[in-house]
Amino acid sequence: MAEPVRVALFVTCLVDLFRPTVGFAAIKLLEDAGCTVTVPTAQTCCGQPAYNSGDREDAKAIARQVVAAFADFDYVVVPSGSCGGMIKAHYPLLLAEEPAVADDAKALAARTFELISFLVDVLKRPDIAARYDGVATYHDACSGLRELGIKDQPRHLLAQVSGLTLKEMTTPEVCCGFGGTFCVKYPEISDKMVTDKAVDIAATGADTLLCGDMGCLLNMAGKLARLGSGIRVRHVAEVLAGMTDDVAPIGHVAPDKA
Amino acid sequence: MQPTSHDFKANAHRALGDKNLQRAMGMMRTGFPEKRAMAIARMPEFDALRDDGIAIKQQVLKHLDFYLETFEKNVIATGGQVHWCRNAQEARETVLALCRALDAKTVTKGKSMVSEEIALNDFLEANGVVPVETDLGEYIVQIRHETPSHIIAPAVHLVKEQVAESFRATHTQFPHDRNLDEPRTLCDEARTVLREKFLAADVGITGANFLIAETGSSIIVTNEGNGDLTQILPRAHIVLASIEKVVPTLEDAATLLRLLARSATGQEFSTYTTISTGPRRETDTDGPGQYHVVLIDNGRTALLGGEFEDMLRCIRCAACLNHCPVYGAVGGHAYGWVYSGPMGAVLTPTLIGIEEAGHLPNASTFCGRCESVCPMRIPLPRMMRAWRAREFAKKLGPKTARWGLAIWAYAAKRPALYRTMSAMASRVLGLLGRARGRFRSLPLASGWTDMRDMPAPEGKSFMTLWAEQQKKAAR
Repeated sequence: MAEPVRVALFVTCLVDLFRPTVGFAAIKLLEDAGCTVTVPTAQTCCGQPAYNSGDREDAKAIARQVVAAFADFDYVVVPSGSCGGMIKAHYPLLLAEEPAVADDAKALAARTFELISFLVDVLKRPDIAARYDGVATYHDACSGLRELGIKDQPRHLLAQVSGLTLKEMTTPEVCCGFGGTFCVKYPEISDKMVTDKAVDIAATGADTLLCGDMGCLLNMAGKLARLGSGIRVRHVAEVLAGMTDDVAPIGHVAPDKA
Repeated sequence: MQPTSHDFKANAHRALGDKNLQRAMGMMRTGFPEKRAMAIARMPEFDALRDDGIAIKQQVLKHLDFYLETFEKNVIATGGQVHWCRNAQEARETVLALCRALDAKTVTKGKSMVSEEIALNDFLEANGVVPVETDLGEYIVQIRHETPSHIIAPAVHLVKEQVAESFRATHTQFPHDRNLDEPRTLCDEARTVLREKFLAADVGITGANFLIAETGSSIIVTNEGNGDLTQILPRAHIVLASIEKVVPTLEDAATLLRLLARSATGQEFSTYTTISTGPRRETDTDGPGQYHVVLIDNGRTALLGGEFEDMLRCIRCAACLNHCPVYGAVGGHAYGWVYSGPMGAVLTPTLIGIEEAGHLPNASTFCGRCESVCPMRIPLPRMMRAWRAREFAKKLGPKTARWGLAIWAYAAKRPALYRTMSAMASRVLGLLGRARGRFRSLPLASGWTDMRDMPAPEGKSFMTLWAEQQKKAAR
C-alpha cells in the first residue's frame, strides 16, 4: 500500500471560533480519503484582516508564521476558499521581497488547497457516502471561485449525496456582501447585497443553503435569520461528511437543546 | 466638479434610499452582465484576443513618447494640430482659446469622460460658450444639471419617468400634455431638439476611444450617430484625449474595438465606429474646416513605471462597473467624482488624492468580479489593496479601526495567547447564545447586528476540542 498522504489542516480562525464541526468534517473527509491529518498548533489566522486593511507588516509577520508552521507536510488543506486563496495566491506576492522566506512561501502556495478542490482535483477519489434529505442551493464564495477556480467541484460531490437535490440561484456567483471588514465598515451596502442574496436564495425554493466559506455563511445565515427565514445554513463539508446530525444549522440550536 | 468622495458613506446612504435609482440599478445589474456573457459565448477566442489587446497596450506604455510624437507628426501631415496639455487647466484654456479664435457661441459635444475630468462644460459656460451634450444620456444629465453616473451609460441611474419629467420641464416649446410614456417617443423628441443644435454649432468636441499613431487619426464609437454630426457639421472638430489613448496602428485599434464593444454592451461592434483624419480636404464633400487634438496628461505620466501603471491599459468599457455589486447597489454618483466603480476606485485617488478619495478603494469586498471581466485584465483588487496600504502607512483610516486591528494583530502573532483568547470567546459567546443559537445585538458589533443576526459559536473552539481529543487518544 502506498504511503498515506500527510495533510496539515489549516483550520481558519472563523471555523476555530464559530464552527469546530467544519474542522472535524474536514478531517473526516480527508481521513476517509486515506490521508493522515495533523493540526499544527502554531496557527491563528491567515492574516487577511491585516492584509486587506493595508497593514502589510502584520500581514507579513502572520504569513511568515504560517509558512513556518506548515512547512513539513505533503499538503495543507483549508476549509475555506478565502483563506486558501490568501495562502495560495497572495503569500507569494506578499513575501516576494523577503529572500529568507520567498521560496518557502511559493512552495507552501503550491502545496496548499481548499478542502473541496483538494478532494476532487488532487485526491481524485471523491466517494461520498453521506445522506442529506433536502433541497439545497450552493453559493459560490468569491475567492474560491475567482482565485482558485472552485465551481464544479462542490457540485460534483454534492451530486453523490443521497437524498439531496441541488437547485441553482439566478446569480450564485454574485458576492454576498461579507467581504471581511467590509461588512462592518460599509454595513448599509453590505446589507443591500446580502438582502439581494437572500431574495435569490429564497427564490430557489431550497430549504438549505450551502457554501464553503465561514465568513459568507455567517453573513447569509445572519441575514436569513433576521428576515425570519427558516432556511438551514451549513458549510458544505458538514453535509459531505455526513455530520449534519452532530450540530444544528448555523445560527440555530438543536431541537433537544432549545 | 467639486468631489464628494470623502462623503461616500452619506452618498451611498442616499442612493440606497432612492427608489428610482434602485429600480434603475436593478435593471442594469442583470442587463449588462447577461449581454456581455452572451457576446463572449459567441466568441471562443475572446481570451486570446484579450492577450493581444494587453500586449498592444503594454507596448504603447513602454514607448508612449514615441507613439505620441508619431501621432502628432501624422496629425500635422494631414493638416490638423495637436495641443499638449499638462493638466486640466491647460486643457480647458486650450479649448476655450480655440473656441474664441473661431468666435464660437455654441459647441456640440460627443460623449467624453476626459471632458468631465477637466470639468470643461462649466468652464465654457462661465466664459460665454454654450456646450450642448448630444449623446442622449449625456443630454439628459446635462438638462438635469447632473453628472454622468456611468462611463458609457451616463443616465443609467434614471428611470424613463424621470426623463419624461425633465423633457417636459425643459422642452417648453412642445404641448405640456404630450404623451412621453415610451422610450421611443423620448428618443424622437431628443432627436428633434438636438437636430437644430447640430446645425447651429460653431465647434464640435468629441472624445476619442483611440488615437492612431500611424495615421494621425482619432476614433470614436457611438450607438446614436451623434458623434458624427458633432464632428462633421461645425467649422472645427476638437478631439479631447488623454495620452494613453494612443495605439500604434489601425489594426491594433481593430483588435481593441472587438474587445471594447463585447465587454461594454455585449455588442459585436458598436453601431457607429468613426475614424477622423485631419480637417476636410478639397475633395471631401463635408467635414470640419479645422481638426485639433487636445492631448491631456493630467497625472497619467506619473503613473508610468509605478504600481498603478496597469490602470493606463483601461479602455473605459465599464465592464467592471457593470459587474460590481457595490456599484450595482449605490450607483455612480455615490463615488463622488467623475469615475466610479472599480476602475474609479483605483483611478480617482491618483487624480484627486487619496485623502479625498480614501473610501473608494475600501468600499470593496474584493469579490474579484471586476478583474475577471476586465478585457485588459487590470488587477483592480490588487491596486485597491495597494491604495489601502498607502492609507494605512499615512494613518488615514478611522482610529478605532486601527486600534482594533493592532490588538487583533498582536494576538494573531502569538499562537498560544490567541488560542486562549479564542477558546474564551467561543465559550462565552457560545454560552450566551446557547438558547437561540444567535444574537440580535452584541456590544461593539452594531455594524453587524443592526442589519443581521450574529450566529453564536458552537461552544468550545476547534483547537480546544482538538486538544481534548488528542489527550484522550493518547491515554
